[in-house]
Amino acid sequence: MYEKGRVRPPYRQLEDWTRAMPAELREMKQAEAEALFRRIGITFAVYGEGGDPDRLIPFDMFPRVFTAREWARLEKGIKQRARALNAFLVDVYGRGEIVRAGRVPGRLVYRNAAYEKAVVGFVPPKGVYSHVVGIDLVRTGPEEFFVLEDNCRTPSGVSYMLENREIMMRMFPELFRENRIEPVDSYPEKLRRTLASVAPTKCAGDPTVVLLTPGHFNSAYYEHSFLADLMGVELVEGADLFVEGEFVYMRTTEGPKRVDVIYRRIDDAFIDPLCFRPDSMLGVPGLMDVYRSGGVSICSAPGAGVADDKAVYTYVPEMIRFYLGEEPLLNNVPTWQCGREDDLKHVLSNLPELVVKEVHGSGGYGMLVGPKCTTEEIEAFRARIEADPGNYIAQPTLALSTSPTFVNEGIAPRHVDLRPYCLVGERIELVPGGLTRVALTEGSLVVNSSQGGGVKDTWVLAE
Amino acid sequence: MLSRTADNLYWIARYMERAETMARLLEVGARMSLLPSAHGYRNEWDSLLQASGTAGGYAQKYGQAHQRDIESYLFFDPDNPSSVASCIGKARENARIVRTALTAQVWDAINSAYQELRALEKTPRDRLDLARLIDWAMKQAAIIRGSIDTTQLRNDGWDFLNLGYYLERSDNTARLMDVKYYVLLPRVEFVGSGMDNYQWATLLRATSAHRAFHWAYGGEVTARKIADFLILNAQCPRSLITCMDGVNNHLNRLERAYGRCSRPQEVAAKLAAELQALSVEQIIEEGLHEFLTRFILEAANLSGVIFETYLSGDVR
Repeated sequence: MYEKGRVRPPYRQLEDWTRAMPAELREMKQAEAEALFRRIGITFAVYGEGGDPDRLIPFDMFPRVFTAREWARLEKGIKQRARALNAFLVDVYGRGEIVRAGRVPGRLVYRNAAYEKAVVGFVPPKGVYSHVVGIDLVRTGPEEFFVLEDNCRTPSGVSYMLENREIMMRMFPELFRENRIEPVDSYPEKLRRTLASVAPTKCAGDPTVVLLTPGHFNSAYYEHSFLADLMGVELVEGADLFVEGEFVYMRTTEGPKRVDVIYRRIDDAFIDPLCFRPDSMLGVPGLMDVYRSGGVSICSAPGAGVADDKAVYTYVPEMIRFYLGEEPLLNNVPTWQCGREDDLKHVLSNLPELVVKEVHGSGGYGMLVGPKCTTEEIEAFRARIEADPGNYIAQPTLALSTSPTFVNEGIAPRHVDLRPYCLVGERIELVPGGLTRVALTEGSLVVNSSQGGGVKDTWVLAE
Repeated sequence: MLSRTADNLYWIARYMERAETMARLLEVGARMSLLPSAHGYRNEWDSLLQASGTAGGYAQKYGQAHQRDIESYLFFDPDNPSSVASCIGKARENARIVRTALTAQVWDAINSAYQELRALEKTPRDRLDLARLIDWAMKQAAIIRGSIDTTQLRNDGWDFLNLGYYLERSDNTARLMDVKYYVLLPRVEFVGSGMDNYQWATLLRATSAHRAFHWAYGGEVTARKIADFLILNAQCPRSLITCMDGVNNHLNRLERAYGRCSRPQEVAAKLAAELQALSVEQIIEEGLHEFLTRFILEAANLSGVIFETYLSGDVR
């Protein structure tokens, strides 16, 4: 919020607002917000975190603000990245030119656990593998953004982006009258259009889109039902679908109804027990055959995960240059791959200054935050790295920017990150906003909800 | 609509109606127990367990019938699948699964009932009297029912909700009447006595139909009139004939919407026609308990046919 001791322009009005709000009112509003979340039944857990399905994520009422100019730059960079990631996916399941050209090591691609042999040679409609690309960003300076991670499979949290806004508008209508805040509520309609735009070749007429959920025990079930609701499409479970002949159908009270596009929120391994895990009860037997013969579209495409692991991540700038012939607009965080000898040496001798992560880890688990750790913890982690170097990457702890956040004592800076959701179909677009996650613990760099992280509304101001 | 969605809607309605009936049963029990009888209150409470089909489960857990334990068992006990708490919990779980098929107001009503129930469960039992619990349960049921009526789209989902309500209600009315059968009158000379009539009148109260009955039949409360009212009177909102009319109406609506006849329609129409043709004398001749038992089985068969046709997802 502050820059050289002065309040940054986009935050000026908010500063007055904060100053004018007495502590009692703030506490009352906070309680009101929580009651609203509980009443609506918003519960959420970030992909793979698990935990209590009825848990509420702490909500911080202080919004995060971007100017139109800042956003325009981010938007360009995000779209560029999403295009390159999709080009990479089509390439590695096709001719693999980026590997042949020696720009990305083949073992990272072809020996990757997420590389899906079942779709080799298959080009999905419109050449899109990843239809919703969630890109996690941090800011380190006024003009400096770094990409922390790409999520090409089924990034979650978008319901929070939308609900946070709803609740802010309901509680502080005056803020929205005084500031010109770009709306985000077209997201579901844009998502529906994106999904419909990648209907399979055999689909004639208006495509029937469904959202496939693992079911109501899943921690992100709220989000699934929320999105299906706002898109006006059926929320289905695997058992609601079946394959017959060349097509997929859902079981309805009027008999079978054909399904053209499946926005799946289940992992690859569970999509089709005939093709992947035979013990999966969540998927649809025979679905992959229909998919490969153009009878149905699966979004995101199985196999899209090969583009978003933490080792492949380091090559995304290379992909942008290779496929688009452009310079990356958003930088990667400098990353050392412990699988490389030189990098490993550097990492092992600088552990106290680094963040070390497992290549396939998520949710803030299995990582070392060097500056926050004791010598014993660092030594224990060193042993883990040495035992399996290829499984780890390391990054410097960046001078992450903070965002003003309500805490017990008033307003205090807390570290934040941002996940905008980029939609890729016939067109490529994103709504002006995203999910801002905030590390509520003082000094903490970890924003994951399982590690005491919260969320806040993200504003993009109109010109 | 997805068969699974229809199934969940149907069961939301059944569970809510069942929760309400459990509360009504508790009211019957509480009132009956205020009346001195040759056996003390035990027989009345026991009859209630018999009628609600929960006697076996109760006996296993508590043994003898005690008012306090029965209250807990019928209202709060998660081990009793028919307890008010179990029913509301399951209705809420079903609602959570099909939130996309419910209006915000209906979801809010069901979810709020569930959240309040959680709070009641945490309240010490000596601070909750039975009357308050019964009132609470009936009120929640009314709010949910009202939200459905005023906000749900009149599409097939509405029909499946109502099929659940009517079928469950017909079953419940039959069971409530059966309570009377299980109240063993100590001696034959009690039949038609003040006590007998008191028990019948209590049944009317439990169906919130005391005043309605007087409007329809005038002053005197007799077994014959009550049986007529609760089984054959189309004016009575909980009578078997009203419930069957409702079932038929919603099955007919489905036929029109889907443009095809269905087997449930045939079965339901037959059941309704039988009721139309019956007189209360014939019912008494058959034996009230025997008639009710037969009805409960036929209604269960109808719900099975509805499941096969619409809810199982196997229709082609």
